[in-house]
Amino acid sequence: MQVGLFTNFNLIAPFGVRSMANFVYLVPLFPLIGFLINGLLWKKMPKSLGGIIGSLAILASFVVSLGIFFEVRTASFQGPLIVNMFEFIHSGKLLIPFAFQVDALSSLFLLIITGIGFLIHVYSTSYMGHDDGMVKYFAYLNLFVFSMLLLVLGANYLIMFIGWEGVGLCSYLLIGFWFKNRDYTNAAKKAFVMNRIGDLGFLVGMLLILFNYGTLSYQDFFGQLHAGSASASSSCMFNWIAFCLFIGAMGKSAQIPLHTWLPDAMAGPTPVSALIHAATMVTAGIYMIARSNALYDLAPVALSIVAAVGLATALLGATIALYQNDIKKVLAYSTLSQLGFMFLALGVGAYTTGVFHVMTHAFFKALLFLGAGSVIHAMGGEQDIRFMGGLRKKLPVTYITFLIGVLAISGFPFTSGFVSKDEILLAVYEYNKIYFAIAAFVAILTAIYMFRLLMLVFMGGFRGTHDQEHHLHESPAAITIPLVILAILSLAGGWIQLPHLFGGHDYLNQFLAGAKIPAIVHEGPNVATRELTLLVATCVGLLIIFIATRKLFAVSQFEGKYTGFKNVLANKWYIDELYNSVVVNPIAAMSRMMEKFVEKSGIDGIVNGVGKTVKWGGDRLRLLQSGQVGFYIFIMVLGMIILFALSFFWIK
Amino acid sequence: MILILLIAIPLFAGIFSFGIKGDGAKVLGLISSMLTLVAAAYVSGANYIAPVSFSQPWIPLLGTQFSLMGDGMSSMLCLLTGIVVLVVMITNVSKEVEKPGSFYGLLLLSQAGLMGVFLAYDALVFYVFWELALIPVYFLCSQWGGEKRIAVTFKFFIYTFVGSLMLLAGLIYLSLQTPGLSSYAWADIVRAGASLPPEKQQWLFWLVFIAFAIKMPIFPFHTWQPDTYEQSPTPVTIILSALMVKMGMYAVLRWLVPVLPFGVAYWADTVVVLSVIGIVYASCIAIVQTDIKRLIAYSSIAHMGLMAAAAFTHSQVGTHGIMVQMFNHGINITGMWVMVSMIEQRYGTRDMTKLGGMATAAPQMAIALLIIAFANIALPLTNGFIGEFMLFNGIFRADSAGHITIMVVAGLGIILGAVYTLNMVQKTAWGEEVKMNSGKDLSTNEYLGLAIIISIIIFLGVYPKPLLDLTSGIAGVITAGH
Repeated sequence: MQVGLFTNFNLIAPFGVRSMANFVYLVPLFPLIGFLINGLLWKKMPKSLGGIIGSLAILASFVVSLGIFFEVRTASFQGPLIVNMFEFIHSGKLLIPFAFQVDALSSLFLLIITGIGFLIHVYSTSYMGHDDGMVKYFAYLNLFVFSMLLLVLGANYLIMFIGWEGVGLCSYLLIGFWFKNRDYTNAAKKAFVMNRIGDLGFLVGMLLILFNYGTLSYQDFFGQLHAGSASASSSCMFNWIAFCLFIGAMGKSAQIPLHTWLPDAMAGPTPVSALIHAATMVTAGIYMIARSNALYDLAPVALSIVAAVGLATALLGATIALYQNDIKKVLAYSTLSQLGFMFLALGVGAYTTGVFHVMTHAFFKALLFLGAGSVIHAMGGEQDIRFMGGLRKKLPVTYITFLIGVLAISGFPFTSGFVSKDEILLAVYEYNKIYFAIAAFVAILTAIYMFRLLMLVFMGGFRGTHDQEHHLHESPAAITIPLVILAILSLAGGWIQLPHLFGGHDYLNQFLAGAKIPAIVHEGPNVATRELTLLVATCVGLLIIFIATRKLFAVSQFEGKYTGFKNVLANKWYIDELYNSVVVNPIAAMSRMMEKFVEKSGIDGIVNGVGKTVKWGGDRLRLLQSGQVGFYIFIMVLGMIILFALSFFWIK
Repeated sequence: MILILLIAIPLFAGIFSFGIKGDGAKVLGLISSMLTLVAAAYVSGANYIAPVSFSQPWIPLLGTQFSLMGDGMSSMLCLLTGIVVLVVMITNVSKEVEKPGSFYGLLLLSQAGLMGVFLAYDALVFYVFWELALIPVYFLCSQWGGEKRIAVTFKFFIYTFVGSLMLLAGLIYLSLQTPGLSSYAWADIVRAGASLPPEKQQWLFWLVFIAFAIKMPIFPFHTWQPDTYEQSPTPVTIILSALMVKMGMYAVLRWLVPVLPFGVAYWADTVVVLSVIGIVYASCIAIVQTDIKRLIAYSSIAHMGLMAAAAFTHSQVGTHGIMVQMFNHGINITGMWVMVSMIEQRYGTRDMTKLGGMATAAPQMAIALLIIAFANIALPLTNGFIGEFMLFNGIFRADSAGHITIMVVAGLGIILGAVYTLNMVQKTAWGEEVKMNSGKDLSTNEYLGLAIIISIIIFLGVYPKPLLDLTSGIAGVITAGH
C-alpha cells in the first residue's frame, strides 16, 4: 500500500480524517517545529515558554502516535503503509525516496519515543529550570526526538541512516551541553567519533545491499530475500551485509568493542542520559536488527556474532557496575549490560523478546535515571554515592519509585523486567546452555549492583556535608509525576507479554507479527516447569542478594582504594587505556611523523629541490651572457662543429 | 549571448576597477558579482529545458573558435562561481584592504577567467582562460599575502606553470591529430583523442592530467596547497579552494575522461589508489594541525581525493556525485574560510591552542561554525552528505577488483574527518572564554553572507533534487562510453 504526499489530502473525507496513519509525517513534524521555534528564537524566548513549547511539541506527536498505534492494531490495517514524501536522491537507476513506513514495529517505537520523551521533557522543565541554556536545551531535545522518529519511521535504510546520524549529532550536542568543561566536550567528541566508526560499517552495509539488490527500501529488499533461495554464495553475502549493519549497531548501542563512549556520555544533563543514553537512542541498534530480521534469519554467522557480542557486553557492563561510585556511571554500565541482553535475545532469534526488553528497559531505566536526577538535584549536584545515604526519609517519592525501578531491573516477580528478562533467559536456554549460565549470572550481578546502589543512596545514615543535609528536599511535581508514571509502567508494563502460565496472552507477539517479526513461542510440557523454576529461583536469589548486599557493600568498604581484581573492575577493565595506547596515540604519532618526514622533508623537499636546482642553474647560466661578442661567436662555432659531427655520425 | 555576459561582466568590471580609488571598488565588485550571479542563475535555469551554447570565429589561422557551452555541469559551476564571489564580496564589506581598486579588480578578473574555463568548448579557449584565471591569483597572493608570501607564490607558480606547459603541449598534440590538423573544438578533440591507439593515450594521459592533478590537488602533487592557502588573503583562499580546485576536477571530466578513454582506463587504478592514499594521509595530517587554515586545507585535500577517486571509477552515480559534491564542497569550504577570517580578525590568531569559548563570546558565530563544520563532515540533511553518499556508491561500483577495500579505506576519511573537525569545533567554540581583541558577534554583512551559505547547506541537504536534476544529464553523457 503506497500513498504520496499529495494524494494524502484526497483521503481527507469532508467530515474528518479517515486514516491517521497517512498523517504519520506529523509525528516528526511537531518536534521539528518545536526545534525551529526554540532554535531560531533562543535569544528572545523566555525560559519557561521554551520548555512549554518543547514539551507540547512532543505531546502533539504522542497523541498522533497513539492514533496511529490504535489504527495499526485494528484488523483492517493492511500490511506496512508507505507514505512517500518526496524524491530524495535520484541518479540514473538509483532512486531513494524520502518515505515513511508505518507498521507494528515503527508504531510501537513511536509510542516509546514520544511517550517517554514527553515525560522527560516535562521533567526537564523543572530540572533544567535554573540553567541559562534552557531554551537551547529544549531545542536540542526536540531535534533529537525528530531524528529518532526519522530513524524508526524511515521506509528505507537511508532514512534510517539520516536519523541514525541525526541522533548522534544531538547526542554530541547534549553530552557537551555544558561546553565550558573540557572533559564534557571530550566525552561528546568521543561519542560522535565512536559512533562514526560504527556508521562506516552501516554505510558499507547499505552499499552492499544497494550493489547486490539495487534498492534500500525495506519492502523491496526483504521481498527479494523472501523470494530468492539462499544459495551458498549469497549466504556469504547475507552474513557480510548483516555483519556490517551490526557494526553500526555496535556503535550506536554501545556494544563491545565500541562501548566506551556510553559511560563518558553521562557528562550530559541527567534527563538526557535518561532519554538518549538509556531509553531511546541506544536501542536504535536493536530496532535495526529487529527491522532486518528477514536478513538476519539468512545470516546465521552474523546472528551468532550478535549473540556473543551481546552476551560479552552484558557480562562486562555488569561486572564494571559492581564497583562504580558515581550514581550515573552505575546506571550507565547497567545500560550497557541490559543492551547486551537485548542483543543476546536478538542473536538467539527471539526478535520480539528483544523489542519487548527495549520497551520494559525504557520504562525502568528512564525511571532510574530520572530518580538519580532527582537525587542529584537534592544533593546539589553531588553524584558520588559514597557521600549519600539515608535519603529515603527526605525523598519519599523518589525513594519508592526508585525502589520499583530497582525491583523491575532485578527481575522481581511480575514486574515488567521479570517478564522480559525471563523470556530472554528461556530463549537463551534453548539456544545454548553455557550462554544461559552466563546470562543467569549476569542477572544475578544486576540484582547485586542495583541493590548496592539502593542501599548506599537511600538506606543507612547520611554521609554528606551538613550543607547538603540541610538542603535535602523532595523534588517538585514536574519531576515526581513522571517518576510515578514510569514506576507504574515499570510495574505493570510486563502485562502485555505475560506468559500463558500466569494467565497472559502474548499481546506483543501478536501485534509485532503484523510487522512480520517472528517470535519464539515456548511450547511443550517443559516450559511451565522452566518458568516456575525461574520464578522460584528469582525469588530465592533476590532474597539472598538483598540480605548479602547489606554486608557485602558496607560503606567501610570504600576506605582506601580497591585492590586486585576489584581494582581492574573499578577501572573498567582498562579498556580506555588500551584504546589510547593502541589506537589513539599511535595515530597521532604516525600523523606527526608523516607531517615531518613525508610532507615537509619528503614531497616538499623534492619540490623545493627542483626549485633550487632551477635557480642554481639559472645563476650559472646567467654567467654565460658575458656581453663579449667574441665569446658568443666562439660558442656559436663550437655548436656548429658539434652539429656537424653529430650529423656525420648520424648518416653513418 | 548570455554566456558572453558571464565572462564579460566580471572582465569589464575588473578592468574598470583598477581605476577606482577607495570604497567604490567594493560597490562595483558587489554590483558586478550580483549581475553575474543573476546571469549564472539564468543559464542554470535554462538548462532544465536545453543547454545554452555560443560560438564565434576567433583565430581562424589556428583553427580555433570562440565557442562556449553552458550545459548542466558548466552552468552548475558558473552558478557556484557566482554565489561564492558574491559571498566573498558581501563578507568583505566590513574589511579594509590596501589598494582596493587593484585588489577587487584582480578578484573580478580571476572570476572572469574561471567562468571562461567552465564554459570553454574549445581547447585553446579553455587554455587561455585557464591561465587568465591563475595569473591574477599570483599577483593577489604575492601582493596581499602573509609574511612568507613571496616564497609561497613562487612555489605555487612553479607547480602550476609546469602543469600548464604540459597541458598546452598535450592539447596541441591532440589538435594535430584532428582532421585538417588544427581544430581545437571539443568534439574534434574528443574524436581525435579517443581514436588514438591505447599506447599513445597512456603517455598522453600524464601530459594532460598533471596540470589537473596539481590543481585538484591529488596526492602527492598537493604540497603547494596548504602553504598557499595559509599565506593568501582570505578572499583569494576562497577563490582558490572553492573554485580553482574545481577547475581541475571539472577539466578531468570534460577534457580527460572523454578524450583519452584508454589512457584513463589504463591509469585509473593508479590514480584511485593515489587519491585514496591522499584521503587518509591528508586526514591524518589535518588531525595534528594547530593552525585552522592548514587544517581546512588538508581537509579539502581529503575531500577532493574522494571526488578524484570517484572520477576514475566510471560509474554514473559516482560521476553524478562528483558534480553534486563540487558544488557543495565549494559552498561549505567558502563558509569555513569566512569563519576563519572572522576568527582571525577578532582574536588576532588562527592558532587553535590560543582560542576557545566562542560559544560564550559570540554565540551566533559559534552556531554558524557548528553548522558548517557538520556540513564539512557530511552529516545527513546537510548538503555534504548527498554527494559523499553518491561518491562512495560510485567507488563501490568500480570495475576494479579491490573496489570494496578501496571504498572502506576511503571511508576511513569520514571517521578521521569527524576527529579533526570536532577537534576544531572544540578548541574554538567550546571551553572557557578567550577575550576577543576587537569586534563582536556577526555584523550585518557577515550575517547575510553566512545566511546564504547556511541556507544552501540545509536546503540542498534536505532537498537535493534541483541540483541532481541539473547535472544528471551530463553525468549520463560522460559515463555513456563505459
